[in-house]
Amino acid sequence: MEIFGIPAQALYGQLALGLVNGAFYALLSLGLAIIFGLLNLINFAHGAQYMLGAYVAWMLLSYLGIGFWGALVVAPLVVAVLGMALERGLLRYLRDVDQIYGLLLTFGVALILEGLVAQSYGWSGMPYANPLPGSVDLGFMRMPMYRLVAIAISLVVCLAVWIAIERTKLGAYLRAASEDADMVQAFGVNIPRLIMLTYGFGVGLAGLAGVVAAPVYQVSPAMGSNLIIVVFAVVVIGGMGSIAGSVIAGFGLGLIEGLTKVFYPAASTTVIFFIMILILIFRPSGLFGSTR
Amino acid sequence: MTADTAMLSVRDLHAWYGESHVLHGMTLHVGRGEVVTLLGRNGAGKSTTMRAIMGLMKKRSGSITYEERETITLPPHRIARMGIAYCPEHRGIFSRLDVQENLELPPVIGADPLTLDRVQAMFPRLVERRHSPGTKLSGGEQQMLAIARILRTGARFLLLDEPTEGLAPIIVKQLGEIIASLRTIGFTILLVEQNFRFASGFADRHYVVEHGRVVDEIAAGDLAAGSERIRAYLGV
Repeated sequence: MEIFGIPAQALYGQLALGLVNGAFYALLSLGLAIIFGLLNLINFAHGAQYMLGAYVAWMLLSYLGIGFWGALVVAPLVVAVLGMALERGLLRYLRDVDQIYGLLLTFGVALILEGLVAQSYGWSGMPYANPLPGSVDLGFMRMPMYRLVAIAISLVVCLAVWIAIERTKLGAYLRAASEDADMVQAFGVNIPRLIMLTYGFGVGLAGLAGVVAAPVYQVSPAMGSNLIIVVFAVVVIGGMGSIAGSVIAGFGLGLIEGLTKVFYPAASTTVIFFIMILILIFRPSGLFGSTR
Repeated sequence: MTADTAMLSVRDLHAWYGESHVLHGMTLHVGRGEVVTLLGRNGAGKSTTMRAIMGLMKKRSGSITYEERETITLPPHRIARMGIAYCPEHRGIFSRLDVQENLELPPVIGADPLTLDRVQAMFPRLVERRHSPGTKLSGGEQQMLAIARILRTGARFLLLDEPTEGLAPIIVKQLGEIIASLRTIGFTILLVEQNFRFASGFADRHYVVEHGRVVDEIAAGDLAAGSERIRAYLGV
């Protein structure tokens, strides 16, 4: 069977691959959006924190024998705690200065983290065993079992985070503080603590994405910096600080990338940046962003 | 009112926006159960005084005691938890929260708060519009919401910054009745107001603020004599 002169199998295959990439874009841009919303910080360490999640999973397996599912819980917590220490120790002091300082600081942190990991484990990647080998027959195509699970984990986590932000009291504090943190603090909410926890939560999501990515891609020091530039484009397209926008844009752009690979492979690595340029020209606040 | 028995005492308060020195030794006292207003021209430092009391001015010095505890070094959330609630001039209604979420956002910080039912009975319009985004309300409704949501926190001391600003006369009249009724149920209120006629309806005392300090104090009883002076200060 062919669709637009393309074998259906190839099309489905690339779409599936696009969805897997989209799952990571969504998890990473979601964390960035939450952090940007409250801290007004462009967290350039996000890719390194994603990489750290993958390495923590690898270390848990290699040194402690803790497998994938254990790492899925423990590694994001480790990354979150490290993130909160970073917020307490450094980022807190940049609250009142231009956001370029936060961007530069986190960029520096990213370089240091990458360097430290490369120093210990080398620049070349290490494999992480696939916890769910085998594949599933979806009727129209066969899909590796683990990739299907990776998409499902991302979808479930994104949905849970969205509900937590839109439907709970803590989420209401977060939404309100993203608009006017002083006002919420004047109601008696401990905003410095909320900021620390929010940063921890956002980078914890990056750590989680890293764990999920470990079996798909190799665990390598540069895995984050390769991805993060694309993820920033996703954030810009979805709208800075928009929760729903970051998730929808993440999955949507993963799919578009997959489609481009089928129809015009040469453009597949640039199509997202091309869309970003169009968005910046015609809708600078992003697809789901509010102008503020 | 003397400093010794005051619920809130502000002494020699200075505050800065960056390099700009805006409060130059504010001194004022508010006794338990009083309604006290700060009168003065735009830019005199009335709103800044409110923000400084709430801890929102990063650079401030002097002394602010609430129930005999010094708050000048405390962050805003600690000050709020002592029982002070703040309704800013811009009202601070959140657009990403609906009316009900706005109303229920502030945590309960004091013993014996007004129940949600009671607050909603005072402001029936907020029940009708509970699912609208907060900023889709009219100016008057937003002001009602901004006051309503601090009543159910259990705070006993209210800082109200120009609640009547930009509102229609009928709404101003309603607000006056609400503030008067808050007084009768025991709230202590410090009110910033440019509308002296509005404030004179229920206030116990008035401070006149100029250039970041108190320049005169007028008791409600002295109003006949005082209103000439106030007119001179306000230039109206």
